[in-house]
Amino acid sequence: MKKIATGNKAVAEAVKQVVPAVVAAYPITPQTEIVEQIAEFVTSGELKSRYIAVESEHSAMAACIGASITGVRTFTATSSHGLLYMHEMTNWAAGARLPIVMANVNRSLGPGWNIWAEHTDAMQERDTGWLQVYVSTVQEAYDAIIMAFRIAEHHDVLLPVMVNLDGFLLSHIMQPLDTIEPGDFIPPLSLPYAIDVTNPAGYGGLTGPDQHFKFRWDIERSMRDSVTVIEETEKEFAKRFGRRYGFTENYRCEDAEIIIVSLGTLGKETEVAIDLLRKEGIRAGSMRLRWLRPFPDLSLLKGKQVVVIDRDYSFGRGGILATEIVAQTKEDVFSVIAGLGGQEVTYEDVADFVRKRRVGTEFWFGVNANV
Amino acid sequence: MFEIRIHSRGGQGGVTAARLLALAAIHDGKYATAAPFYGAERRGAPIVSFVRIDETPIRVYSQIKKPDMVVVLDASVMDVVDVLQGLKSGGKVLINSQQKKEFAGYAFCNVDLTGIALREKLVVSGSPILNTPVIGALAKMGIVSVDSAKKAIREMFTDERNVKVAEAAYQELIV
Repeated sequence: MKKIATGNKAVAEAVKQVVPAVVAAYPITPQTEIVEQIAEFVTSGELKSRYIAVESEHSAMAACIGASITGVRTFTATSSHGLLYMHEMTNWAAGARLPIVMANVNRSLGPGWNIWAEHTDAMQERDTGWLQVYVSTVQEAYDAIIMAFRIAEHHDVLLPVMVNLDGFLLSHIMQPLDTIEPGDFIPPLSLPYAIDVTNPAGYGGLTGPDQHFKFRWDIERSMRDSVTVIEETEKEFAKRFGRRYGFTENYRCEDAEIIIVSLGTLGKETEVAIDLLRKEGIRAGSMRLRWLRPFPDLSLLKGKQVVVIDRDYSFGRGGILATEIVAQTKEDVFSVIAGLGGQEVTYEDVADFVRKRRVGTEFWFGVNANV
Repeated sequence: MFEIRIHSRGGQGGVTAARLLALAAIHDGKYATAAPFYGAERRGAPIVSFVRIDETPIRVYSQIKKPDMVVVLDASVMDVVDVLQGLKSGGKVLINSQQKKEFAGYAFCNVDLTGIALREKLVVSGSPILNTPVIGALAKMGIVSVDSAKKAIREMFTDERNVKVAEAAYQELIV
């Protein structure tokens, strides 16, 4: 059905289709519309879920963990400081192997107080054992939420999935949305080790130095296995619903000498920059990274001049995406830091990054210097 | 790509107008996006919303700097904001006003959207509804079709007076 929706509304619509047993969430700008809409669906009876209005994000994740561990589907949504407030519990969710799905509306971290788009919030959850996907359109946000449940709940994965959408740029823009009936694309959840509340027992005993590393390795093994599960899920989604995604979205990369790597909405804006550069005779292409965890194989970048745009930063080290890419390709990149705290970045700016590229250096957009 | 910037004050329906316009354009078989610009504004402060309409999917997320058209829902913002900033030469201007104004080099139209809303007593929380009549005016200017405009309004509002004010604005606007 032809609709128009914001990114936030699309997330709520997707959750409605998948029917989690429990949604526990706390509102925060710019995510609020997601939880408001879900609460409305529950109140009107359109969504048969239990909505738990918790007192904090830490509690939201704790409630999802408590519910999920009994073998039911759970969902939450947050942003920025809310995500960081969950941090202890996000580690717990992954460690307990719970297929919780969360929408994170990417927003910067204060102070200075700022409610606009930045990826540093999600990047600080990078090492928790959550799968992370970044989306660039309202439709993709909707599709990614639906696929996230199937991926998380697959027995080869059993890890939580975070779907990231840019604050305001995507959470509040209105774009066309085709909704679907997932049907048996989302099979009923069956957790292999659910707690039976009618037969109480003690769990979570100490895992000593002779055991703990095995659990850690098991997370990593599932993370590696999730690559195949993601590929199969996206393939099956394309077969059933006609929209194909991948680990990266590549645009005019086939004959490109220069490839710009970015995340989220900047990846779409970059495609326009590519068209502009091509007209000038600059053979550039765009690679929009979708999955950050598991980190995809980026061998396509080998031997190319690579420009990485980071809407995030690790102080004392560099752009987080750039650092990850250099670690994998073993080649230098031109690292651009742009869009922090919602800093306006246009396709003309992106084209300019390419024209002024100096591989092996870092460039802070708006700071007027290579640093 | 056709780019429209809508000027209004917080709470006047500029965001909904952008959304209605994008929805109508989609019903016309086009691609469209509507994006409010979120700053630190509050109710009553001047705000802008952006609408992009194209034949192909829209990949631009940054703000509209050089619009093809400017819509002003509240003429009083013109005292504090240069609404014509960046407007392409020959660009269209639609202003909610009883008075005719001229701007050299631009295709200018005005219509009394406030008067139309008040006539139909289409007032919410003391403010006349401007977002539905303005869609009628935009249909008259050929931005969207009349059928799609009405369809979009009916999808978002159950009160049929919203269609009536759009029709009135369509009739009263002289292009």
